[in-house]
Amino acid sequence: MSYESWILIVGSLAGITCGITGCFLILRKLSMLADAISHTVLLGIVLAFIVSQSMSGVYMLIGAAVVGLLTAVGVQMLHQAGIQEDASIGVVFTFLFAVGVILITVFADDVHLDVDHALMGEITFVPWDLVQWGFLPELPKAFLMLSTVLVINLVIIGLFYKELKITSFDPQMAAAIGIPVLLIHYLLMGLVSITTVASFDSVGAILVVAMLIAPGASAYLITDKLSIMLLLSALIGVAAAVIGYYLASWLDVSISGSMATINGIIFALVFLFSPTKGLLSKKISMKRLKMD
Amino acid sequence: MKPVVVENLTVAYQKKPVLSNVSFEVPEGKLIGIIGPNGAGKSTLIKAILGLIPKAAGEIKIYDKKYRAKDRVVGYVPQRGSVDWDFPTNALDVVLMGRYGHVGWFKRPGKKDTEIAMECLKKVGMEEYASRQISQLSGGQQQRVFLARALAQDAKVYFMDEPFVGVDAATERAIIELLNELKRQGKTVLVVHHDLQTVKEYFDHVILLNVNTVAAGATEEVFTLENLHRTYGGKLSFLEKDQLVVEQK
Repeated sequence: MSYESWILIVGSLAGITCGITGCFLILRKLSMLADAISHTVLLGIVLAFIVSQSMSGVYMLIGAAVVGLLTAVGVQMLHQAGIQEDASIGVVFTFLFAVGVILITVFADDVHLDVDHALMGEITFVPWDLVQWGFLPELPKAFLMLSTVLVINLVIIGLFYKELKITSFDPQMAAAIGIPVLLIHYLLMGLVSITTVASFDSVGAILVVAMLIAPGASAYLITDKLSIMLLLSALIGVAAAVIGYYLASWLDVSISGSMATINGIIFALVFLFSPTKGLLSKKISMKRLKMD
Repeated sequence: MKPVVVENLTVAYQKKPVLSNVSFEVPEGKLIGIIGPNGAGKSTLIKAILGLIPKAAGEIKIYDKKYRAKDRVVGYVPQRGSVDWDFPTNALDVVLMGRYGHVGWFKRPGKKDTEIAMECLKKVGMEEYASRQISQLSGGQQQRVFLARALAQDAKVYFMDEPFVGVDAATERAIIELLNELKRQGKTVLVVHHDLQTVKEYFDHVILLNVNTVAAGATEEVFTLENLHRTYGGKLSFLEKDQLVVEQK
């Protein structure tokens, strides 16, 4: 497959995976926690490297899930102990991220693992970073990881769809009918962690937040139905990846940066022009009310 | 067997007790009002009974057993303001959530559940709004959707947190008719209630609460000026002039 098509595929996979998972973050008002996890998984990656002495995808996913959950649990515990949620996020996230940065400089100095790469990502190199899994031919590592994570996300969200839905809408009612609200919360945070780490190579920790939040935020302004919101969010994620890639090669700029930019532009357009919840349609219906 | 028995219940946030040594029992098949000033712990009481917040001490029994969600004997109507009504879903879908406890893990609500949910919407006069996005509903309609969801739970004991707050007069009448219907079916309904003027008209039984239980029992015996004074302290003065004096005649 050509260089270009690998980048488009990997970008689209990241768009779908992040787009779907991100919807639940928006509905649960957890965007900032996603931001935190996208940084702390760096610690997970470093720990996975120290333990396994390799950059194997499986170890990275496990390390990310563990540290991502640690972040979620830490925030939850501080919050329950009476500290404000945003302050808890700020403390836990910077602490774990800083530990990750220190460990990188101490243990992983001479391998391909640096802070810049983790933060900004470089999708340009994705097609050349090949690995072989089982009986499969050599394939780009980012492609394999994102496909694996996408399948895991789809299966988990499919199995726990109604639990995710009711705990997002009405956690009290959910708890009253015996749904383990906290467990579902951690399950989602686990998904966010592995999603983040799989998208790391392509878009980096900072831009993965754009891919997690922006498509879902746009979809939220278009539809009134959760299932459609998930679908739209995935589509917007793909559109941003594809348009972003061509914009980048046309202007000769960073691919991941331009993918995130397109996400922002799509959101701005939807925010202004969404037929139901856009700024413009709201203004128009206000004016109509005044005229009546 | 009593539907709800609470003995010496104490609940504390941080160090401050919100409920202290609360004890009461309620009879089956009655409408019960939970009455008390702001900060009396009315919502906390319901949440503690449902196990949503931990109790520091005390004993709670639902039909002689510890509360377990999977027994499905309890239906719950949280305060309307406790959820985000911009959530992307419609009225029918919210009522269907009342069926989730019956559906079980890994399964989706089926045709039967949808039929039940539609029936419940009909009972609250909302069937024509089934596919309406919930943010497009008025406050009273949202409250009716919440009630329909509780009906869909098909429980024996219902706990409702301020169902009359912010609803129009028509909805209030519709709700009270529905509660009476539930009572006729032998269900027990506990309602957190604010409006003292309607207590005698609506409830057979009251629990007067202000961190402690001030009194609990049949409305005509317990809902007296003296007990209200003990519940509300000095905040009651306006009431005496208004309606309670009239009722005392």
